Amino acid sequence: MGKKVAIFRKEHFNSAHRLFNADWDDEKNMEVFGKCALPNYHGHNYELIVKIIGEPDEKTGYVMDLKKLSDLVKEKIIERFDHKNLNLDTVEFKNLNPTAENIVVVIYELLRPHISKEKDLQIRLYETPRNFVEYPV
Amino acid sequence: MVYLTRIEHFNAAHKLYNPNWSKEKNDEVFGKCANENWHGHNFELFVTIKGDPDPETGFIFDAKKLGGLINEKVIEKLDHRNLNIDVDFMKGKLCSIENLVMGIWQELEPQLPPPVQLHCLKLVETAKIFVEYYGGK
Repeated sequence: MGKKVAIFRKEHFNSAHRLFNADWDDEKNMEVFGKCALPNYHGHNYELIVKIIGEPDEKTGYVMDLKKLSDLVKEKIIERFDHKNLNLDTVEFKNLNPTAENIVVVIYELLRPHISKEKDLQIRLYETPRNFVEYPV
Repeated sequence: MVYLTRIEHFNAAHKLYNPNWSKEKNDEVFGKCANENWHGHNFELFVTIKGDPDPETGFIFDAKKLGGLINEKVIEKLDHRNLNIDVDFMKGKLCSIENLVMGIWQELEPQLPPPVQLHCLKLVETAKIFVEYYGGK
């Protein structure tokens, strides 16, 4: 059994969103989501931390080439969400409330097929410097 | 003379878009910031006042009161809003941080009780981009 190491890559994207449930009226949405439900959207600087756990390769010493990981995150996540309206511009949140919780799960699902099976993947997403989520736990 | 800075924050959506130009011209000049469905940021506002400490309180101005004033006069109007649509003092202006910081100055400066003077506003849009404004032309 080799020694497992975690590697991390930080990326960021800036997006607009609003939180609301289409099955509820405006009053109920404001009651549950407060100012996050305001109709003209607001936005965040999202900070994304991608964590990969595995044993360093004997030949390269890498768990995974961080440049390749960076390119992968940019291609699969950043290009999809950066300077977009999560509610209006993305297929992922057409029918899914873009809470930090739902966004972090979506990001995991988008990346998982592109990371080799023997490595573990965990995502941390900062919506603000004070609010952040992790998946899986 | 002593300088005191209070930091507040707000989350908002905006886009950079000149309505007098075609969509192509806006895309050419503003790039992805012109996305018609908005994007957003976690903005940080640094408000620096200057003055001499009051001999009885030791304060230039009560920092908690300064925080309350910034929140009441500025943050309430900006937080979880769309800067292009929802903010009265940005109506008819291009929503760059340069124009936003000047707009905030005009809102805040008249609210400070003499002899307290507003010295500088620093508005941080992302970890890499911020503006400073010292009043005047």
